Formats: sequence, structure tokens, C-alpha cells
Amino acid sequence: MSFDIQIIRKDFPILSRKVNGYPLVYLDNAATSQKPQQVIDAIVDYYSNYNANIHRGVHSLSQEATDAYEAARHKIQNHFNAKEAFEIIFTAGTTHGINLVANGFASLLNKGDEIIVSVLEHHSNIVPWQMLCEKTGAVLRVIPMNEEGELLMDKYAKLLSDKTKLVFVNHISNALGTINPIEEIIEKAHSVGAAVLIDGAQSCSHIKPNLQELNVDFYVASAHKMCGPTGVGILYMKEEWGNKLPPYQGGGEMIAEVSFEKTTYAGLPHKFEAGTPNICGGIAFGVAIDYLNAIGFEAIETHENELLTYATKKLLEIEGLKIYGTGQKTSVISFNIEGLHPYDIGTIVDKLGIAVRTGHHCAQPIMDFYKIPGTVRASFAFYNTLEEVDALVEAVKKAKTMLS
Amino acid sequence: MTIEAIQEELIDEFSMFDDWMQRYEYMIDLGKSLPLIDEELKTDDKLIKGCQSKVWLNSEMKNDKIIFTADSDAIITKGIIAVLVRVFSNQEPQAILDADTDFIDEIGLKEHLSPTRANGLVSMIKQMKMYALAYQTQANS
Repeated sequence: MSFDIQIIRKDFPILSRKVNGYPLVYLDNAATSQKPQQVIDAIVDYYSNYNANIHRGVHSLSQEATDAYEAARHKIQNHFNAKEAFEIIFTAGTTHGINLVANGFASLLNKGDEIIVSVLEHHSNIVPWQMLCEKTGAVLRVIPMNEEGELLMDKYAKLLSDKTKLVFVNHISNALGTINPIEEIIEKAHSVGAAVLIDGAQSCSHIKPNLQELNVDFYVASAHKMCGPTGVGILYMKEEWGNKLPPYQGGGEMIAEVSFEKTTYAGLPHKFEAGTPNICGGIAFGVAIDYLNAIGFEAIETHENELLTYATKKLLEIEGLKIYGTGQKTSVISFNIEGLHPYDIGTIVDKLGIAVRTGHHCAQPIMDFYKIPGTVRASFAFYNTLEEVDALVEAVKKAKTMLS
Repeated sequence: MTIEAIQEELIDEFSMFDDWMQRYEYMIDLGKSLPLIDEELKTDDKLIKGCQSKVWLNSEMKNDKIIFTADSDAIITKGIIAVLVRVFSNQEPQAILDADTDFIDEIGLKEHLSPTRANGLVSMIKQMKMYALAYQTQANS
């Protein structure tokens, strides 16, 4: 399939609406992506035609729903190149997956063990580890970054020791867009016997990871960042870890046999999937993955890089504009204009129909590093156009004139 | 001037503008003309929670009336504060407590009234009324 932006845009009904009287320019893709008609149709189709609970009914409808849900798991397995389908655990999203792993490690850690995270993390990737440290007496270590927003790998190497049990790093920073060298991070962690969890929330829409090749222990992602619905995501867990970690929540689906004397748990992945899951969400996630693969991640990357290069050039022409995060990165531009508050800029551009994010992006340590209250963040997806970049630049210029 | 009269005045002023851009420009001007407050008064206990920008609100009692002074690091927020200070400052506590805030809708700032909006307009009004209630309670005891 060749990359035709106008045909692609027609798949997204929301992109033709107006906001505050202006055509919507949606540049908040790092927060969540928009959904193509194919995904919306899959949701309607599920509830219209084969809604039933899965894995337990003998009736035909239940079998249809179960087949579709498990087919989605296989699609996801293939997409991320996991070795086994049962290594893919459906979750409510990235945060849920992280908490599941953190909870599992509570029984494996001892006082004085160390967990390493990076300063580039989203709050959801900091708090669960702090809670885990409080519970176990483990110590949290932080990989610092430089002015460009890149992790200091020599400092990381020094943090690693035989006390390190876990390393948690996002593949791409949500606040700055920095792409972290996860191959090196994983390899070095493994050399001291530590496990690694990669947060793919920001990268999964841009980069198709090869989990087996990466040799990563855990990987989390959310469907809603990949044109799928909210409330569903995945946790990839290597089989050996899946057997080692205790279950997270008790409930239906996760048990093999139950009596009041003893319950035995189900095998992977059901051990970690208590209760009725987001069946429709899982199925629609599979459809979203098909949709992205039909366009192709190479084509997506090429187009997004073009948007990033063009937007960076155009925005930097505005006097006093500073971009945060200038290393190797994806299509995210976090910026401020000297003397102006990001909130003011965001308010004015919103009035002009442009959706950007303002604030600390749930990454206050990064804002503290730069000593700023927050930034304006424009994040681009494959369905954005160069004309939309122009609209953003014009709106920012207008905001600057009004606010100065 | 009574709170109602000031609100009417504001409605009149804002009715001169044809579009949102003029209204915002006017509000930004109001923000710029807001009297500066002492840096010493910008302490964390005077910060209003629920704003993406920082908002400091100070109050003092003078001749049975509450004097509000405030500041923000964002200019649009400062404009909103300027409007609120103009309406509620130099008024008696009971008048502040009794006042309604429908004028905000009428001057075209309704969008800022949603409680989930990160500018904290609602929090600012609430905080002003809380001060009024505190002074009122103090005076009555």
C-alpha cells in the first residue's frame, strides 16, 4: 500500500470536524491517537453481532468472541515478535502492566536490592517503583540526562551492580520524544543479572520492536496510542518470568481449581488475567495493529520524520522559541517561547482549533531539570500534514503577538 | 460600587468586542494592569491548587472590607484574576458570599468556568468566597 496522506485522513472521521470554528489540527498524539473507521467499525461489530463472555461458555456466540479475542492476541504476538502467544498478557493499559510487574517483584526483592529508572520517566513509571521500594526496602536509582535530553549511559553503567534487580526505562520519552538506546540498556542490565522492563507507550506507534531480538524481559504498551481503543494494553512477559511472578489479582479466569482449602492458578496468560477482560478492546486492538501494518511502519516513520524536520525548522524561525530535547527523537516537539507561559500559548492556539498539550506532561523531574513550569508539546502522527504544521506555526506566531 | 454594578460595567466593556481574539486581548491588557504584589506575599500557602499556571491570592481586611491582591505567572490567568479582583475586592464579606458569577458567562469566558479546566477560575472564586466566609465568621464570633 502506498502512502497517500489524503486517503489515510479519510479513514479518521474526527479529523474532518471543526473546533472553535476552525478545522481541527490534532497535534496531541503523544497523549492519545485518533481512531480509524476500521477500528470504530470493529467495536460496533462486536457489540452488534457477537458480544459474549469468553473462555467459559459452550455456546456458539461465546466461542466466536473467544476466537476473535485469541486471534487478536496472536496478531499482537506477531506484531511485537514474541515467542509465544501466552507471553502476551492483556491489561487495561501501560500503567496497569507496570503495576502488575511491580507487584510481582514485591515478593522477589530484598532490603538493599536496587531498582534503576531514568529521569525521563512518566509519573506512572516512577510511582509504582517508589511504592515497591517502600514495601520491600529496595532502593531506587535514577539515570540522569544531559541538556539535550539524552540519558547519560556512562552514569548508567556506574549505577549497575549485583544489587540491581530491575531496570525500567521508557523506549521514548513522552515529554521530549527522546529515543533511548534500549538495546544497550538491556544488554548492560543483563550482564549484572538484572531484569528489564521497557515502557513502549510512546514508541509503539512509531517503532515496531522485535521483542525476541531485544531479549527484553518485560514490555508494556497501550492500544490507544496505536489507533486502538482506550482501556486496553499489553504486558509482554518472557515465559520464565511469567512462571516466576505470583498472580496480581484474584478472580475468575485466573484459576485452575478452587476449593476453600487450596486454589491452583491457571497457566499463562490467564494467571494474570483475572475477571472478564476488555474483550471488545482486545479485538479492536488487533484491528488497529492490522491497520498500522497495512500502512507500514517504515512509511509511517518516513512521513513523521518529514513532519518533525519541517516543524522544527519552521518553529525555530520564531524568535525566542526554544525546543527541549534535541537528541535522537521521534515526532514530538516540546517548546517554550521566552517570557511566555506555556499555558497561555496553549490557550490561544486551542482557540484557533489546534490541539497541543501544555504543562509538565506527567514528567516533573524533566521540568525541574530545565527549571521551567512546563512546555507546549506538539506531537505528530502519520495522519498529520505539512499544512497542519503551517497552521501550528501561524497559531504560535499569533499567540506570541497577542501575549507579548 | 456594588458587586452587581461592577459586573454590569464589565459586561458593557466586553460587549464592545466582536470576537474572541479582541476579548482575549482585552483580558491580557487587564492582566498586565493588575497591580504587582509583593514578592514576599507569593508564598506556597497562598497558591491556589488546580491551576496549570501558578496563582497566588492574598487577602486582608480594611475598614470591614476585604482587599484581594493576586498574581500569576501566566498572563491569561492574570487577566482572569484581574476581572475577579475588580469584582470582589474592596467589598464586604457578606456581599462576596451573596454574589453570583453569571457575569462570567456574559463576558464570554464561560469556557473557563468548567471545573476541569486547568486554569482554576472556579478554584479562584471558591478561594475568594472561602476568605469571605472566614472573615465573616471571625467578625461574628
